[in-house]
Amino acid sequence: MRAHDPASTTFTCWHCTAEVTGSLFCPGCKAIQAPVRDYYRFFGLERKLSLDTGDLQHRFYELSRQLHPDRFQRRSPQEQQCSLEASSVLNDGYRVLRNPIERAEYVLKQEGFDIGEQRGKDVPPELLEEVFELNMVLEEMRGGEESARPQLEQARTRFQDMRREIDDQLGELFRNYDESRDRAVLARIRGVLNRRRYIGNLLRDVEKELEPAASLPGRDG
Amino acid sequence: MGTFQIDFGDQEKARVVGIDLGTTNSLVAYLDPAGHPEIIPDAGGRKIVPSVVAVAPSGEVLVGHAARDMLITHPERAVYSVKRLMGRGVVDIEEELKLFPFRIAAGSESVIRLQLGERVMTPPQASAEILRQLKRNAEAFLGEEVRQAVITVPAYFNDAQRQSTKDAGRIAGLEVLRLVNEPTAASLAYGLDKRKQGIVVVYDLGGGTFDISILRIKEGIFEVLATNGDTHLGGDDIDNLLLRVAIEDIESEWNEDISENGEAVQLLRRAVIRAKEELSYVPQTTIQLEYRGKRYDRELRRDLFERLITAIVDRTLPPCRQCIRDAGLSVGEIDEVVLVGGSTRIPLVRGAVEALFRAKPHAELNPEEVVALGAAVQAGILSGHVGDTLLLDVTPLSLGIEIMGGVVSKIIPRNSTIPASATETFTTAVDGQRHVLIHVVQGERELVRDCRSLARFDLQDIDPLPAGMARIEVRFLIDANGILNVTARDLRTGREQSVDIKPSYGLTDEQVEAMIRESFEKAEEDFRERQVREARVEADAILAAVEKAKQNDAYFELPDEERQAIDRAVNELLLVYHSDNHILIREHLERVNQATLHLAENMMNAAVRGVLKGTKI
Repeated sequence: MRAHDPASTTFTCWHCTAEVTGSLFCPGCKAIQAPVRDYYRFFGLERKLSLDTGDLQHRFYELSRQLHPDRFQRRSPQEQQCSLEASSVLNDGYRVLRNPIERAEYVLKQEGFDIGEQRGKDVPPELLEEVFELNMVLEEMRGGEESARPQLEQARTRFQDMRREIDDQLGELFRNYDESRDRAVLARIRGVLNRRRYIGNLLRDVEKELEPAASLPGRDG
Repeated sequence: MGTFQIDFGDQEKARVVGIDLGTTNSLVAYLDPAGHPEIIPDAGGRKIVPSVVAVAPSGEVLVGHAARDMLITHPERAVYSVKRLMGRGVVDIEEELKLFPFRIAAGSESVIRLQLGERVMTPPQASAEILRQLKRNAEAFLGEEVRQAVITVPAYFNDAQRQSTKDAGRIAGLEVLRLVNEPTAASLAYGLDKRKQGIVVVYDLGGGTFDISILRIKEGIFEVLATNGDTHLGGDDIDNLLLRVAIEDIESEWNEDISENGEAVQLLRRAVIRAKEELSYVPQTTIQLEYRGKRYDRELRRDLFERLITAIVDRTLPPCRQCIRDAGLSVGEIDEVVLVGGSTRIPLVRGAVEALFRAKPHAELNPEEVVALGAAVQAGILSGHVGDTLLLDVTPLSLGIEIMGGVVSKIIPRNSTIPASATETFTTAVDGQRHVLIHVVQGERELVRDCRSLARFDLQDIDPLPAGMARIEVRFLIDANGILNVTARDLRTGREQSVDIKPSYGLTDEQVEAMIRESFEKAEEDFRERQVREARVEADAILAAVEKAKQNDAYFELPDEERQAIDRAVNELLLVYHSDNHILIREHLERVNQATLHLAENMMNAAVRGVLKGTKI
């Protein structure tokens, strides 16, 4: 299949060579097209950080009905390939856009911000003392000292509260960015996301100690 | 010369059947003209084909009920529960080999080779025999050729297990249009009529596998939110446990260890399965075995049975809890629970499900048939007979690639709706490097050694460049069957990059091709054998007729040379009779015919004369 320039929205239909502008099907011959890789454009959405997830789900279902490989079983190999490609972009896009954190990271990346994993490992200065104490408690738990459990449970509640606060803060920043389109707001969002990721990692460590069995998914044989 | 047009009409209307290729039993279903899924019975009216394959001492391959009888008489020639061996290596199944009568042939590291009498079969070939039987049943019932199928697999099957199932279809001469996850198929069978909306849990405990899937059904879309399970947990485990207990019990009673005796073990296995099944309906039963004049009777009450199997049933609970968490739901948000698989008939299982989900589970449809029925619905969707229903399934396991230090970098998380994809860019580490090897794994753990190795992809013929200069974009795409496809592109040249795939488990494409050829050859061999047998039957008939004619007056009226010619022809036919050459047999059969032509004519005339004489006009 011919890949087209992701930056451009206009390309030629592989089937009838008509001009296609950013749509999933050729306006001339109705043939399915190679997908646009930009998730917002794919879903026909404005690039906003705050999204109505109900509307997103509705669009996802509608596009699934049009693009899913089940619908192209009796069509040409070329159309089947387009359907497979388009469905994967649709599903990947839905997975990213429906989750506010992944959505924000996606927009940051597209706007040229570096959001490497490594940033989640630097301890935010205001948490230094807390992390130091937590690590001691975690060590005790790992050493089999059940007396550390209540402390760990407290820590879990505290981190969960923190994460909720962060999510509220993010909601605020999302609305701010959608109105202002200010890159400075994106920079702040990146900082908050890093802090959130750090706290998420702490929570994961705590939960792993509190319920070791439950954090393991099923056996894959 | 006339022209002709290819008619694609038949192609479009071509029949697609739905197949449940189960651990214990297999079924085939189709959509009837009214659009309802129906199970297709065999010639004897039975819906279930036991998933047992055997090779008779004559070399004939038996499937289903006939093969199940062989399991008792020739346990070393039969294989059951072959699904548990699909997509696995010999180290994976060491534990079960202790209880199964399978003999493993040499060279079983990445694909198990089963020794069945003189034949060696891989699990996909054994499964192909079952599929071929179902195909034959469907063709006899529908009165038309069946070439395309939807086959169900456990939702928690990994890539190699799925690929093996697809290979089995190809070997059986079936185009597998889609692999559908069993619990999702079941939800289709349940949800179709009722136009359901809401959150549905499917709890599927079959013969060898356990799956849990949570779906949102809305506007005709069946969206799987999360799935979990254990591809090695099912009724088989309960049978094996009871079998172990009974073997020890018998040893203390008879002072004899029967565990090495295949026939006794298979008889006892049948007895414990019968006891297990009865305990779903009555509070107590007896495990009975009669063997070589000895008799074993052990009463088993349901409460003891339940205590014995609690640990097995409890193993289904952590995957359920994880699945609810992954779906982002709480128990209260679940609208319905559906039971699938024969093992859900066990009251203890039903109780455990009810307690966990705090809802009375549904089991209106036969839990053994519902998966095949759902497969037929999916077949209808693919062939365009079912319009506004669409299934959106997920990949059960995260897909990752090996990075430095044996660590896994996840690129497609579990429970992603499929088709799903990820794109990664790779480069070279050494000047002039021509290859890059990518190791792909499936699983949730952080280290490669704790995940399932899927395949190694070798990016070949990279232009020699200074280290780090090459840029190869690799696209990992999981298709609607849950099977990984990998393509690569050189970003500098835009050229398609060749990728050589070395699957860690299962068959290579070449091996599958060889097996398809072998199955054709086998079919040819079978065909030849039948031809020989038919020619001999005809020879028998003509030889008997000649013997009888020799008593007739007409024979004695023949000239000597004609009588000698007949004897010569008969002698030659008797000579070639035992050759394996049906053409030769038929040739000499024809010579006997020619030699007796005059005799037959004379006999006919005499008969006509006789009739005329006796007739009063």
